[in-house]
Amino acid sequence: MSEPRDRHGVPRLLWAPAGLALGLLVLPIVALLVRADWRSLPADVTSAAAVSALTLSLVTSTLATAVCLVLGVPLAVVMARSRGWTSDVLRALVTLPLVLPPTVGGIALLFLLGRRGLVGQTLDLWFGIRLPFTTTAVVIAQAFVAMPFLVLGVEGALRTAGTRFETVAATLGAGRWTVLRRITLPLVLPSLVSGTVLCFARALGEFGATALFAGNTPGVTRTMPLAIYSAFNGAGVSQGTAVALSLLLVAAAAAVLLAARAWRPGNAT
Amino acid sequence: MSLEVDVRVRRGVFALDVALTAGPGKIVAVLGPNGAGKSTLLDVIGGLLLPVSGSVRVGSRVLTTVGAEGRVHVRPDRRSVGLLGQDPLVFPHLDARENVAFGPRAAGSAAAAARTSADAWLTAVGLDGLGDRRPRALSGGQRQRVALARALAAEPAALLLDEPFAQLDVRTAAELRDVVRDQVRRTQTPTVLVTHSVLDALTLADEVVVLDHGTVVERGHPLDVLTDPAHPFTAALAGVNLVVGEIAAGPVLAGPDGLRLPCRTELPVGTPAQASFAPTAVSVAEPDADDLVWTSHVVDLETGTTGVRVRTTGDVLVDLAPTLVGRVDLQVGAPVRLAVPASAVRVRRRA
Repeated sequence: MSEPRDRHGVPRLLWAPAGLALGLLVLPIVALLVRADWRSLPADVTSAAAVSALTLSLVTSTLATAVCLVLGVPLAVVMARSRGWTSDVLRALVTLPLVLPPTVGGIALLFLLGRRGLVGQTLDLWFGIRLPFTTTAVVIAQAFVAMPFLVLGVEGALRTAGTRFETVAATLGAGRWTVLRRITLPLVLPSLVSGTVLCFARALGEFGATALFAGNTPGVTRTMPLAIYSAFNGAGVSQGTAVALSLLLVAAAAAVLLAARAWRPGNAT
Repeated sequence: MSLEVDVRVRRGVFALDVALTAGPGKIVAVLGPNGAGKSTLLDVIGGLLLPVSGSVRVGSRVLTTVGAEGRVHVRPDRRSVGLLGQDPLVFPHLDARENVAFGPRAAGSAAAAARTSADAWLTAVGLDGLGDRRPRALSGGQRQRVALARALAAEPAALLLDEPFAQLDVRTAAELRDVVRDQVRRTQTPTVLVTHSVLDALTLADEVVVLDHGTVVERGHPLDVLTDPAHPFTAALAGVNLVVGEIAAGPVLAGPDGLRLPCRTELPVGTPAQASFAPTAVSVAEPDADDLVWTSHVVDLETGTTGVRVRTTGDVLVDLAPTLVGRVDLQVGAPVRLAVPASAVRVRRRA
């Protein structure tokens, strides 16, 4: 069988950098797999420290994703339906945490919610609530870094979808809530799902902001990335544990992505 | 119940001033060139745009009033005004049945009852048994049928049709016109149809309203308006020659570009007047005794429905049968002698 010689007209020159790029992305993970001590792996992964870190990571990431959905989706809707400079400013503000180094985010969160922080001071004085170095702080830090992924994805999809279906739904007698529930959100469901997955994955991997704002207390704020960092620095455990924990995180992230790919809205027909 | 509209809108330099009434089960067609204000009118009736003054009513129910006595503006979702546009906009994430059931469910019907009524509506528009289909598994015509069923299932007090057949092929459009007419009559829904198509107006409309630059320039029974147009746009749409000018000695109608069209009229010299006649009535053959004859020039040529359509001085169109093409020198600028039976020309005073 003859094959078309010209594969979509890609210049051969691109193959080299494309291969290098793929290598840069994949080879580190391969190295991780090769370096792993597979005999001690079961013990490392099931150690109390590992289980505790993984549980904390999954719980906090789930909570952070829930927060992002409850708060981020309304923000995306408001942004998508605003016009002119308002929407430009909103988009710039939402993008900021995305381009900011997470450590800067951690410091910023401390200045806002720390015991001497702008809002933290009031929370402490009036309600006796101290957020830093608690599990709640982990969730807040994760939500801070992960929310932009969800908001920007959903906002873009809403803009692309436009308002024409919503107008028709209104002429059929649907109030604004009904339109949002039955037309607006279902139409952007694919983006909502992919945004949620990205959001969860980002929360799972969050390190910098958590380290500064929530600290590194085992069982309370030591999530997987922090446990890996601690293990790698030899704080009590070997580097082998760090590798094992890293593999666990890679597996968790891969599982999330695969699950999202397997389920696609509209596959029913 | 009748839909009564009497509104004025201002948008920058554009001003719209329209009054129309659609009786129960009646279709009023709104014709007009692009930018005449047709879409603006629909937006006002649909509640997407507030007029500067006037009112929109269905029966005794006021949907919009703006005036000295105050302001009422019912939101689009509470107006009960249905819309069927050029693009069916069938909700892509719902099957045909759920699309049609959308209105009843939004109105609070139980899901099962809404689905049963949706199936009845699908049958009414000729889509029996296709309720489970997703929009992308339907043809363009079927999607438009779903959109019509969906609009009617919401039991609108009035219906707006915005060029609903424009994107359909000829046969599908013809079938859907029948469905629209039948359903509008059956449900006694007052309907406003915006269209560019003479066919739509002739086949569906009970009354035609011609808009130009935001004002009504012509209105009446579709057959009357389109066979004897009084406005250049309507004339062009209906493919009828309309010469606008002034009665001069002869008597002739002195039109644009130096056209002097002979006419039989009692109107005194100097009266603003216009004459209309069909391009097919004009002949290049030997004139009869009763013919009006004038000399003109070829301006340009285009393909006619049969033979050649010749544009002559003063934008007078002449349809030449293929057998007659040889009689005329078809070079641009060439002189041509034209004749039209006096009985085929209507001359009237210009308003």
